[in-house]
Amino acid sequence: MSVVVADLVKIYKTQNAVNHISFSAGKGEILGFLGPNGAGKSTTMKIATCYIPPTSGTVKVCGFDVTESPLEVRKHIGYLPEHNPLYLDMYVHEYLEFIGSLHKIKGSTLKARVKEMVELCGLTVEQNKKIGALSKGYRQRVGLAQSLIHNPEVLILDEPTTGLDPNQIVEIRNVIKNIGKEKTVIFSTHIMQEVQALCSRVVIINSGKIVADSSVNDLKNLQSSSRIIIAEFEKPIDSQLLRILQGVKEVKDLGNNRYEIESNTDKDIRNDIFRLAADNSWPLLGLKQEENSLENIFRQLTGKKGEEHV
Amino acid sequence: MFSIFRKEVNSFLSSLIAYIVIGLFLTAMGLFMWVFPESNVLDYGFADMQTLFTTAPFVFMFLIPAITMRTFAEEKKDGTIELLLTRPITDLQIILGKYFSSLLLVIHALIPTLIYYYSIVRLGNPVGNIDSAGVVGSYIGLTLLGAVFTSIGILSSALSVNQIVSFIIAVFLCFIFYSGFQSLASINVWGQLSNLIDQLGIAYHYSALSKGLIDSRDVLYFVSVIVFMLLSTNLVLDSRKWQ
Repeated sequence: MSVVVADLVKIYKTQNAVNHISFSAGKGEILGFLGPNGAGKSTTMKIATCYIPPTSGTVKVCGFDVTESPLEVRKHIGYLPEHNPLYLDMYVHEYLEFIGSLHKIKGSTLKARVKEMVELCGLTVEQNKKIGALSKGYRQRVGLAQSLIHNPEVLILDEPTTGLDPNQIVEIRNVIKNIGKEKTVIFSTHIMQEVQALCSRVVIINSGKIVADSSVNDLKNLQSSSRIIIAEFEKPIDSQLLRILQGVKEVKDLGNNRYEIESNTDKDIRNDIFRLAADNSWPLLGLKQEENSLENIFRQLTGKKGEEHV
Repeated sequence: MFSIFRKEVNSFLSSLIAYIVIGLFLTAMGLFMWVFPESNVLDYGFADMQTLFTTAPFVFMFLIPAITMRTFAEEKKDGTIELLLTRPITDLQIILGKYFSSLLLVIHALIPTLIYYYSIVRLGNPVGNIDSAGVVGSYIGLTLLGAVFTSIGILSSALSVNQIVSFIIAVFLCFIFYSGFQSLASINVWGQLSNLIDQLGIAYHYSALSKGLIDSRDVLYFVSVIVFMLLSTNLVLDSRKWQ
């Protein structure tokens, strides 16, 4: 396991930012690190990169402990901090060479590495500009190139795709996906599609605690105790008739003659709904089964605390 | 450390700071040495460089904080400090890299004033009639004073995220260290302690060096103040871990 987080706690004065979390990530794994804002994602990442020390517990990166041998840990980590800080008055090459030299890469190796990173991150067109003159998407690529320059085994990316346009997001995702084949990638986000598109595993944290740690597919099945079907009719119908169908648990009127029908998982009731409509001559306009989306799961897992307060 | 040093020097050179600082320093010194009627050497009539060595500390008091104020404050504000602190280098290496790059700039501002020495040697009657030992001692003193001011500037920069606040703190600390202790010592309440307080200040050691007498105790004083300031900076950077 390249990254092992064990019983990690971080307390800021009175706030318990990270509360006894444990998880691990191995080689060739892209781990999505999810949670609402302020859940402790960035704090965990900052501890893993030795920027701040943990209150208790440990993080081990490639076998090195963050409190005992921080310099060794930093050698093995590529880190893209939140908001992607950059020296805006530096040129792209100059910046990448500077970061490379901090990792003790020298001379022709450094030049070759920079060239490789420029190509990998799609910076070729913009490589001779100052960073300050680049658009947000390109700056993000520079940030990514910077985190990869020393060929680290572990890559930690704090919200790498925020503020990018959809095309750029797809491009950055592809870069991450390629990197993830040989390295360990941990990245935080709150965009669910991203997790679906990229991750093999997901860790969801909420108020400093882990609420889910499983593969993406398992997570989808986790909450599927019921199926949700949306049916749309041309004119109002008697929803009582829907309710008495076998397997139906609840029917909600969504307005505009649309009904949300919740049923047991073991039975597909779409057939029954269609028959019912045909028997009663209700023109059926649409019948759609809702995927139990990650977004719903995310909301279920992390929204509970909010509801309690309400 | 060398990568940080090189990066800082590059940023001085590419951001006009270096040229402005050196240009301003030399303009001010040139005016005091050769033009202003109260202080110029030509009217004064003696072949020495006291004007330079008494004025330069006060010019440094403003210029050096201007050089150093951005070193850490800017990195903290832009968040790039997180980038540096998560690389395989120690905090002290970052501090030393920044310190020596700023110091290099200060020394570069001083080097052209050697022309004044040559001019005065030529102007002396008979030619060459100048207290060279005193000048060498003064240059060493001025360099050390610049080095202390730079370390103070670096510390102040680490203390704040706002460059202007850093600048003001640095100017104030430089003033206290240069002449504050001396003025404090002259208040007639200290008795025996007065001499000790005087020795805490830079002026005492600087004027000793200006006489051309390079005493290891004076040099040790400057070096210890620099070490103290840089270690304090290290402590300030480390304070992020105490939260």
